[in-house]
Amino acid sequence: MVEPTGAKRSDAAVGTTESTEARSGIDAGTPGRSVAATMRTRDLNLYYGDLQAVQDVTMTVEPHKVTALIGSSGCGKTTFLRSLNRMHELTAGARVEGEITLDEQDIYASGIDPVKVRRMVGMVFQAPNPFPTMSIYENVAAGLSLASGRVRKSVKDEVVERSLRGAHLWNEVKDRLDRPGSGLSGGQQQRLCIARAIAVEPEVLLMDEPCSALDPVATLAIEDLIAELKSRYTIVIVTHNMQQAARASDTTAFFNLEETGRPGRLVEIGPTETIFTSPREQATEDYVSGRFG
Amino acid sequence: MEARAATSMPPVPRQLRGGALPDWAPYGVVAGSLALSTLVLSAAGSLGVALLMVVATIVSCVAIYAWSRPVEGPKRALDRLATFTIVAAFGLALIPLISLLYQVTSRGLPGLDWEFLTGTPHGIINGGGAAHAIVGTIVITGVAALISVPIGIMAAIYLNEYGAGRLARALTFFVDVMTGIPSIVAGLFAYALFAIFLGPGIRLGVMGSVALSVLMVPIVIRSAEEVLKVVPDHLREAAYALGTPKWKTIVKVVLPTAFAGLVTGVMIAIARIVGETAPLLVTTGVVDSINTNPFQGRMQNLAVYAYSEYRTPGIHKTDSYDRAWAAALTLIVIVMLLNVAARLVYRRYRTEIR
Repeated sequence: MVEPTGAKRSDAAVGTTESTEARSGIDAGTPGRSVAATMRTRDLNLYYGDLQAVQDVTMTVEPHKVTALIGSSGCGKTTFLRSLNRMHELTAGARVEGEITLDEQDIYASGIDPVKVRRMVGMVFQAPNPFPTMSIYENVAAGLSLASGRVRKSVKDEVVERSLRGAHLWNEVKDRLDRPGSGLSGGQQQRLCIARAIAVEPEVLLMDEPCSALDPVATLAIEDLIAELKSRYTIVIVTHNMQQAARASDTTAFFNLEETGRPGRLVEIGPTETIFTSPREQATEDYVSGRFG
Repeated sequence: MEARAATSMPPVPRQLRGGALPDWAPYGVVAGSLALSTLVLSAAGSLGVALLMVVATIVSCVAIYAWSRPVEGPKRALDRLATFTIVAAFGLALIPLISLLYQVTSRGLPGLDWEFLTGTPHGIINGGGAAHAIVGTIVITGVAALISVPIGIMAAIYLNEYGAGRLARALTFFVDVMTGIPSIVAGLFAYALFAIFLGPGIRLGVMGSVALSVLMVPIVIRSAEEVLKVVPDHLREAAYALGTPKWKTIVKVVLPTAFAGLVTGVMIAIARIVGETAPLLVTTGVVDSINTNPFQGRMQNLAVYAYSEYRTPGIHKTDSYDRAWAAALTLIVIVMLLNVAARLVYRRYRTEIR
């Protein structure tokens, strides 16, 4: 077991915006700029209370690439993903040990505001979750108005259109922007959520099984979108669908647990082609060839 | 595949078919039991509505079971017995409600005229109206709501969004205790509180509002907490993931999603306290003129008005009694309107939550 490098941090689940961090990156919020960032984890250990969910993960997420996290259920992929934008600590009793850096800056260092981290590292969830009280327009603009306060209408209009175009949804909804977002189909709702996430111009976009609730056509639409989005963002995607990982990702990381009840570990990470054709580890080969899991 | 399975299925075997009572059986049993009970009771010379209902209910329960068991078997018979029992219990619960509404309406309508709604009392002989009490009820309840709603909703937000550990548990416990305190205690508390500063014997509208708030706050907290709990976590997480601070997530996402439920809860809490009598008797006093200022002088309200018209009637006693019933009817109408409004708000503003 590797000695954890970071201090234990259990509370401060949702921080305040007041705390400031002088170092570059996290407190810079210039709109219109989109620089994909590199994320690294070192000796990352994640816990829920006494239960360790993820053990000793050291990996690098490259910018302008799609990194897929694969592995059987319960092996800590989602937990790992949620630690990358400090959502993990929202669960009561959740703890993080080790180090995660966003462009060389430790996002778990003291004085770092988790709210600002999440502005840099956006997230799309498994089930589409548009805000039910808001219209399509407001849902996309929510990213702006919730995060940064008052924004001029003209700026909002522009961002909403750009984000919806970016999420391949503009043509379908441009005539009904004032209708509730919950009236869209599942695939459209998920693209709406992606539009909402990219409206705040994050550097990294985390996606937690974004297609698991969608039909094959909608899934393909999202995959095309992902391929396009990587020119602007760093993308990390959790998926149970091996074909999806093979189709949509550049790098694949395989997580596994040795047995039930043990924490999940990163078995292998490498170029997607290598992982799917000639992986180093036997466990990876078994998994990607469908022999288990 | 399913279609083939269905066509190749053997015809229903004989032993699966059971006997069945005719469709009219339950009604027939009830009618028969009523007739039988009427006969027996009048033969015994003790025919009364209440007794007839009780006897007829028991007779029909026994009869339906006795009839159904040999024909339909023990399970169906038990099912029919249970249905009868449940319907009887429902009827039993409905009796006091209907009887109360009937009594109040039939006795309250004669006194409920234009003068009652707009006039004020003119002394012992002539009666007059209850406008002062209606105004007082609205002012006292309104101020009570102004005090309780912010406190209650913010407390619920604390309990649901922030509170954890011992403090939150203790608060929840005391809120539960507070929902059970007798209303007169709330009145005495408000009286004692104001008496400290303004001297004994003080009577003000706002004192009544404070007393009612003591009763209303826990109701608002309870209902608001339940509503906030229903707001799914994935909406909060969606907001957090956009880099939204927690307070803003609550203000812009959680509260709007819960809006309809919150308003409904508040209206039902108001309906619950608008008819309180005891705490107002000791805090707002009895007065015969319209007073719209809760911070000065006594203030009448409908419940206390009804009480005092009955307790100390004028020379024409029946007129006073009529006015007491009319005041009660007015209160019930107000409560009913509040409930209807709550439902309308809920229908109009509720958000579909998956």
